Amino acid sequence: MNVHPPERLRPDLSLISDWIPPQTHILDLGCGEGALLAYLHEERGVTGYGLEIDEDEIAAAVARGVNVIQGDVDDGLQQFATGSFDFVVMTQALQALQRPDLAIGEMLRVGRTAIVTFPNFGHWMARIDVLGGRMPRTRTMPDNWYDSDNIHLCTVRDFETLCQDNGWRITRRNLLNHDHQDGWLQRFSPNLFTEIAVYMLESEQRRI
Amino acid sequence: MSKPHFGNASVGIVTPEILHFDQPIRLECGRQLNQFDLAVETYGTLNADRSNAVLVCHALSGDHHAAGYHSAEDRKPGWWDSCIGPGKPIDTNRLFVVSLNNLGGCAGSSGPASINPETGSYWGSDFPMVTVRDWVRAQAMLADRLGIERWAACVGGSLGGMQVMQWAIDEPDRVGHAVIIAATPKLSAQNIAFNEIARQAIFSDPDFHSGRYLDKGVTPERGLRLARMLGHITYLSDEAMREKFGRMRRSDILGYDFDVEFEVESYLRYQGQQFVSRFDANTYLLMTKALDYFDPAAEYGGDLAAAMERVQCRSLVIAFEADWRFSPERSREIVHALVAARKPVAYVSVPSSLGHDDFLMPIPYYHRVLGDYLARVARQHGS
Repeated sequence: MNVHPPERLRPDLSLISDWIPPQTHILDLGCGEGALLAYLHEERGVTGYGLEIDEDEIAAAVARGVNVIQGDVDDGLQQFATGSFDFVVMTQALQALQRPDLAIGEMLRVGRTAIVTFPNFGHWMARIDVLGGRMPRTRTMPDNWYDSDNIHLCTVRDFETLCQDNGWRITRRNLLNHDHQDGWLQRFSPNLFTEIAVYMLESEQRRI
Repeated sequence: MSKPHFGNASVGIVTPEILHFDQPIRLECGRQLNQFDLAVETYGTLNADRSNAVLVCHALSGDHHAAGYHSAEDRKPGWWDSCIGPGKPIDTNRLFVVSLNNLGGCAGSSGPASINPETGSYWGSDFPMVTVRDWVRAQAMLADRLGIERWAACVGGSLGGMQVMQWAIDEPDRVGHAVIIAATPKLSAQNIAFNEIARQAIFSDPDFHSGRYLDKGVTPERGLRLARMLGHITYLSDEAMREKFGRMRRSDILGYDFDVEFEVESYLRYQGQQFVSRFDANTYLLMTKALDYFDPAAEYGGDLAAAMERVQCRSLVIAFEADWRFSPERSREIVHALVAARKPVAYVSVPSSLGHDDFLMPIPYYHRVLGDYLARVARQHGS
């Protein structure tokens, strides 16, 4: 497997990689060309699989020796047994799913812990666009409303409400600006200044 | 090897070899062959540490002639020439490819159409029933003969993919990578039903003579032709047949008789006729039965994941969306079993239109994935 030094990993992936302990077994939903899986395997002895639908990404993942499985998260994760992974990761894909809530539920069924990242619709730049009467086009949401894959955008507050309603415990949270830094602005007003949100979740039911 | 007029992407002219084995092979049916022959072709060069060998396993009607031409006059290359050759997905510049005709075949290996050395007459229906596991055993003996301790990869489509799966389970130490294409972990009732009709077609031919037709100097051509026509329908998708033939007729005027009128009738008759000139009916019976019997999970209480626990190699599983004979769903069963056993696997479902036969076609996405995967395998062995 190719070695990718941490600095070459996409910043949000780099952050997530620090949350995943060595020798664990993970599932990466929407794994792209498998950069995270390849890095974690090489550096931490992490094993697991990636799910992906894009042909070019799949071909690239196969070429670098990643365990990529062609499949659509929207079709569900029935093929994976309950509790078969330590971590289930989904980066920047939640907002493009048919039913993000069902997907997270499935992630917490097949895995002990879920890690999700998404662009925050509540960021002040998005709000300004909406106040101006337009759908937002920002650095983290660059597409037009009609050609965007993002069909279920949410804010940090929306997301935390969803977690609460479903009994998902937020065990870790990292709210970042576009440069993937967390600063005083994000801490001061998370929903206004977060551009990319990263959450670690566990299912409360299983704890009991 | 001189090959100017076949182009640079061909392995050129190849010469099959018949290898004789004097060791007995015990078969799953309980019988034993005291000696046997295997027809073999190889392409490319075995490296110094004998680590770059790839086994190609053939499907129902295939044989050892997978690539290249037998003579300068040969019009058609081997059955998987689109995939095997210099710079092709199974790159003979880097890999040493071994292709054989399986036991029970009719292209030079010991089978019903060969002579039983103990009686001096045709084996015919006396040839023992062979299984996928028996083939793997014979292929392992072939590997020993060639001095190949471990295959860099085993590759096969359809029934060939099932042999690859069996290799990974039965001989985990001898397989570096398993490439399982358009296969299934076991046949469905529908699959078996089609095979049974094919067999009944052969049995019902008056020239079949309980399988002893070669002794009588005849062949059950009508039965075998029907079997092949039926098979062909299952190799093509409804869409492909519609696109290729539609309701096209050879003449605008309806004949009001049972001569060939629709193009699809003509196609099936042609395919059937081509087949009977090169294939043996008893071999067809054996191959369909080997398909029906294949079920590696059976001895693990039907738990395929338990069978896959034995696997030690990486796997690449490829399916084709238009394939309804062994649909992508069947390939996903293989993948899920490997995932449940925590074995490394990649799975690709190729958008396609032809049907089961897509695995023989040079579909760009398919060949890109297969080529990139095997290029990594070749690099692992320094070629």
